[in-house]
Amino acid sequence: MKVVSRASIVAFLLVLALLVWVGSSIYRAGYTTGVGVPREQPIPFSHEHHVSGLGISCEYCHVSVTEASFAGIPPTYTCMTCHSQIWNTSPMLAAVRTSAATGKPLTWIRVHDLPDFTYFNHSIHVNKGVGCETCHGPVDRMPLTWRVNTLFMSWCLECHRAPEKFIRPREEVFTMNWKAAGTEEGKELVKKYGIAVQQLSDCSICHR
Amino acid sequence: MKRENTVDTVETAPLIGHGQTYGTITDKITADVLERKTPRGMLVGLAIAFVLTMVLFISIGWLMIKGVGIWGINIPVAWGFAIINLVWWIGIGHAGTLISAILLLLNQHWRNSINRFAEAMTLFAVGCAALFPLLHLGRPWVFYWIIPLPDTMALWPQFRSPLTWDVFAITTYFTVSFMFWFVGLVPDLATMRDTAKKKWMKIVYGVLAMGWRGSARHWHRYEMAYLLLAGLATPLVISVHSVISFDFSVSVLPGWHATIFPPYFVAGAIYSGFAMVLCLVIPVRKVYGLQDFVTDRHMDYMAKVMLATGLIVAYGYAMEAFFAWYSGNEFEKYMMFNRTQGPYGFIYWGLLLTNIAIPQLLWIGRIRKNMVWLFLISITINIGMWLERFVIVVTSLHRDFLPSSWDMYYPTIWDWATYIGTIGLFLCLMFLFIRLMPMISIFELRQLLPWRGK
Repeated sequence: MKVVSRASIVAFLLVLALLVWVGSSIYRAGYTTGVGVPREQPIPFSHEHHVSGLGISCEYCHVSVTEASFAGIPPTYTCMTCHSQIWNTSPMLAAVRTSAATGKPLTWIRVHDLPDFTYFNHSIHVNKGVGCETCHGPVDRMPLTWRVNTLFMSWCLECHRAPEKFIRPREEVFTMNWKAAGTEEGKELVKKYGIAVQQLSDCSICHR
Repeated sequence: MKRENTVDTVETAPLIGHGQTYGTITDKITADVLERKTPRGMLVGLAIAFVLTMVLFISIGWLMIKGVGIWGINIPVAWGFAIINLVWWIGIGHAGTLISAILLLLNQHWRNSINRFAEAMTLFAVGCAALFPLLHLGRPWVFYWIIPLPDTMALWPQFRSPLTWDVFAITTYFTVSFMFWFVGLVPDLATMRDTAKKKWMKIVYGVLAMGWRGSARHWHRYEMAYLLLAGLATPLVISVHSVISFDFSVSVLPGWHATIFPPYFVAGAIYSGFAMVLCLVIPVRKVYGLQDFVTDRHMDYMAKVMLATGLIVAYGYAMEAFFAWYSGNEFEKYMMFNRTQGPYGFIYWGLLLTNIAIPQLLWIGRIRKNMVWLFLISITINIGMWLERFVIVVTSLHRDFLPSSWDMYYPTIWDWATYIGTIGLFLCLMFLFIRLMPMISIFELRQLLPWRGK
């Protein structure tokens, strides 16, 4: 009896721990957060091909990233600058041509969607030295785009509490596969760009 | 034996009826649960309480759909009924802990007749209380954000806020009260198991009794555990309502920012708690014929505790008025003026009447012995204590420093439905408890027999 009652106490605690572990694992899994899961798009657009293969800059399509809160999804005309000349009969691009002809935009499936109660501005991040790949990962090696970060609040705060670990010189913002020189350089950049680290974890910075 | 022929006064009356023996105590209390047909009055009461509980569930459902806007709260009165009721319910719970823990440590044997009942009352009252801050959160389904968990937000609750202290105060209080109640029940559950005739009853009570066989070793450990829990629960009687009072006194609002708050709140809590115990015990004792176990002497003691704590509360009110005058602060002075002569002035005067004036009748011995009077006074005190919280929460908030932000607060039908609904839930749980569990501690009552005449 003694063994049974003791074992049941231990088992109860173990089951409790197991439930907590399973719950938090599911909450943090790619299945829930979308990390590492490539999204099907109306057209199988490959960042890998356009960025690594052809050397097109991020800003060529995402034009407003340095000036506005939204980086910008390119209009069909941007696609047609090239695709009116090359691959202009490809069946894969039929939807692009229809869109250009009718003026009805393509409906891309959003990969990074922040909740509506968070205020996010691309331009401030880009201008203060947060590289595209810091948040979006190695987009130049993504045939279809996926998330590399959870977009959890803890993930935002990782950088907002210690930006020196993540920022780079402004000139390197669009560089892919950039290697930091060290946190010393990061600290200098924080000073140089006038980043007020104290304020960065205020509630109202993101929840306005 | 000679005593039986003499006439007892309240002071010398035994704590347990003359005719009672070890056997009759067990028979009476177990039979009330296992054999006796549920009295009709209890069924009617349960039905009414059940309907009110449904009202509570409907109002909670509607709140979940529409949000806290269905209540009368707004700026400046953002707290309203939810906090009034939280404080009221938590306060009611305090009598149970005082009776079970402090009176145990002080060797007040008369507590043995009412502790089980009062502890159950505490548990259910704390449950009702805990509902209100959760519902007031706005998004109750993320209530776990107020618990410090290693979550994906990388944020801890604000540990400098008394509202966070509340979370710890209330959960600790509930846990310790539950442990105390359940540990105290174990030997009686074993008695129920052994007395029950039907197989399924034997199984249910048997599982709950956790293998209690009444061996000397069991009793030894039981006594130790019970004493330790009493030691744990004792500071809670003081701390929980002190922490609740910090919700107010830590802020700088006139009428809230007062050093007298913690002791005055604790006294008020015990005051209302004993009033609620009396409200419940008087009818139950009559319906179940428990006059031999919960005697007039018990009633007398409880009435005296109410009188004493009521006077402490009266002192608190006097001090609030005194501080307002003595501080020389114009906002404090205005707060007192607004309380007595503002738009909610009638509530303040009602509070003085119900909470201070009427309970003075308890000085009269004949009224303490008259159950109808005692019942009515207890109801009055419960109303008075609710009015007290209304005065504290609403009159201070609705007119603060800037006249431009003054506004009135009117509770809506949903405020009332939620409040009355929790009373229904509380009574429902009380009815079920009386029906399903031994409502008086059998073995502790037996311990009273040797003290009968003292």
